[in-house]
Amino acid sequence: MTMSDLAVTAGWYMALAALLFSIGAIGLLTRRNALVMFMSIELMLNSVNLTFVAVGKELRTLEGQIATLFVMVVAAAEVTIGLAIIVAVFRRRATASVDELSEMKG
Amino acid sequence: MVDLIWLVIALPLLGAVGLLFLGKRIGEPNSGRIATLLVIASFFIALIAALPAFGGDFEGENIFLFEWLPSLGVNFSLLWDPLSAMMTLVVTGVGALIHIYGTGYMDGDSRYPRFFTYLNLFIASMLILVLGDSFATMFVGWELVGLSSYLLISFWFEKPSAAAAGKKAFVVNRIGDFGFLIALMIIFATFGSLSYDTVFGNADKLQVGGATVTAITLLLLVGAVGKSAQLPLYVWLPDAMEGPTPVSALIHAATMVTAGVYMIARSASLFSIAPVSSGVVATVGALTALFAAIIAIGQRDIKRVLAYSTISQLGYMFMAVGATAYVAGVFHLLTHAFFKALLFLGAGAVIHGMHGEQDMWKMGGLRKKMPIAFGTMVVAWLAISGIPPFAGFWSKDEILAITYGKGGAWVALWAVGLVTAALTAFYMSRLMFLTFWGEPRWDDGIEPHESPRSMTLPLVVLAVFAAGAGLINTPFRPSLEHFLEPAFAFIKVAHAPEGITPWVLAGVSVLVALGGIAVAYRRYVTRTLPVEEGERWDLVENGFGVDDLYGRTIVLPGKAVAESAAFTVDAKGVDGLVNGVGGAVKRLADAATVLQTGQVRSYGTTMFLGAVAVIAWLLIRGGAF
Repeated sequence: MTMSDLAVTAGWYMALAALLFSIGAIGLLTRRNALVMFMSIELMLNSVNLTFVAVGKELRTLEGQIATLFVMVVAAAEVTIGLAIIVAVFRRRATASVDELSEMKG
Repeated sequence: MVDLIWLVIALPLLGAVGLLFLGKRIGEPNSGRIATLLVIASFFIALIAALPAFGGDFEGENIFLFEWLPSLGVNFSLLWDPLSAMMTLVVTGVGALIHIYGTGYMDGDSRYPRFFTYLNLFIASMLILVLGDSFATMFVGWELVGLSSYLLISFWFEKPSAAAAGKKAFVVNRIGDFGFLIALMIIFATFGSLSYDTVFGNADKLQVGGATVTAITLLLLVGAVGKSAQLPLYVWLPDAMEGPTPVSALIHAATMVTAGVYMIARSASLFSIAPVSSGVVATVGALTALFAAIIAIGQRDIKRVLAYSTISQLGYMFMAVGATAYVAGVFHLLTHAFFKALLFLGAGAVIHGMHGEQDMWKMGGLRKKMPIAFGTMVVAWLAISGIPPFAGFWSKDEILAITYGKGGAWVALWAVGLVTAALTAFYMSRLMFLTFWGEPRWDDGIEPHESPRSMTLPLVVLAVFAAGAGLINTPFRPSLEHFLEPAFAFIKVAHAPEGITPWVLAGVSVLVALGGIAVAYRRYVTRTLPVEEGERWDLVENGFGVDDLYGRTIVLPGKAVAESAAFTVDAKGVDGLVNGVGGAVKRLADAATVLQTGQVRSYGTTMFLGAVAVIAWLLIRGGAF
């Protein structure tokens, strides 16, 4: 059984990716908890990954999958640092709400 | 020995630098002794180097030291010719005597080592001025002597008047130096070099009396007028008497102030082909001689009499070099160095013995209290008054005879010189009579006393020269003229008239001098002092209010300009512009801080909307819609 047998075309993947990306973006812009915002970012990144892989398969090239691997590596690094910062802030402030972290206001 | 002539400059320079750093540790009196010995050593090196020159024809030679300013055609090299040799001997010789005198006079001063640092610096600077073989070197020396003069006038800077006098001397000299500097630029533009060899060697290619040479010489004259305290820039010299008396003797009588005369004599190749400039030089000299002599009559301060007398005598020298009688001018420079240094040192001995009193009305009857100061000053008095056979007679009368001999309008200058001679005899006699004759008029508690040996020895040596120096250039045996001849070879110079005329002129000027002395005797010895001198004398004592006039017409407007520059142009204009730029940037930044909310989500929204906008733009440009 191959993917083409299911007759799922690239358009479907695009639609799903757009949906995931929008959910992630809305989550990022509406939630206050830094941890949840992180999860939203991951969702957005993965929607992009989905796009890469789908388009790569459609065009029969490997670049899409390579780009995906890069994104995953970068995302892993970003999450590591981001989580460390969030933990550090939480230890100091006992909160993870970004609205309360506004000392950089001009 | 000529190759080692650089040592003449190096020794006092070494003394100045060494004493600057080690003076306090060496202390009194050794710092003074070291400085004195260095100058004496310089004198003897110069003397030995000059010995061949005394023998006869001595052309002079250049001693290359190091490459300096190739673009100006100038190396740092020295010129050892009769003129510079004579000046070097005067500077180091009189300088050495005054150093010796200084060790006694400055005894106990809190800055004793510093005094000798400056004094050595002055000697080195003056030697750079006279020994340099280019206008550039001369200018360096010129500025350095100005600096030493400033440092020494305001040596007792605790006194506001001394600090002000130093400042005044410096500022007035700047005016002259400005002219000198422009002259150097024109010289360089004309000849392509500043070295004497090139400039004087090519001077004959200039048009006689042409605009270029007239401009150069007139601007050089501006420099000379400043340094040699001639009209109208003489005002700094009387105030310079705030410095210690040895300084007045060395710098403001014997050596530095004669730099202008030296500069004109050195540039004789240029001045002799610029008749208009030479006429101006002589006229300035004659007027200064007369004007300063009149003011000298009214002074009560013994040093100020001598200061105005110096200005007046420098006027004679300018008259001589203006009349292209360069040898006569330099001859008077030489004799004047001896008798005027002697007068100043004598006055210093009197002031020292009177515990700092300088007002002649409070002296009198010092003859018996200070026999050595009195005896030596009598010699100088007769010398400056022009009584034969003392030095001043020979040099002054040569100048007067040559001026008379040129005929025409020059006879008027001769007449001015003759009147000045009478006034000179009068004011010098007034000084002597008020100080040494008559009844004592001292303040209570003052016990006049003779000065220590270190101070009387230079007096005696200088007295010998003040008496005899004239004999080196008499009409019977013009040795100095012969000695200096190579320095003025190929230059048209004026000579004294032949025959009986000079003797008649000399007789007239001696009679005039005796007349001046006689009038002073009647006025100040046969009458009971103090004489009431009246308002007109006050006017003379104030120097006809020239200082006030300058203060009102130049200093006040100058200060107003400076103040408006400082408090309006700078504080409001320049600072306003700078602060305005800063303020504008700050206001812009304040406006931009609104964007910086500190809310992560608002940043996110901005980024999101930005990304949407960019993508939309890309799509539109790509023709998607």
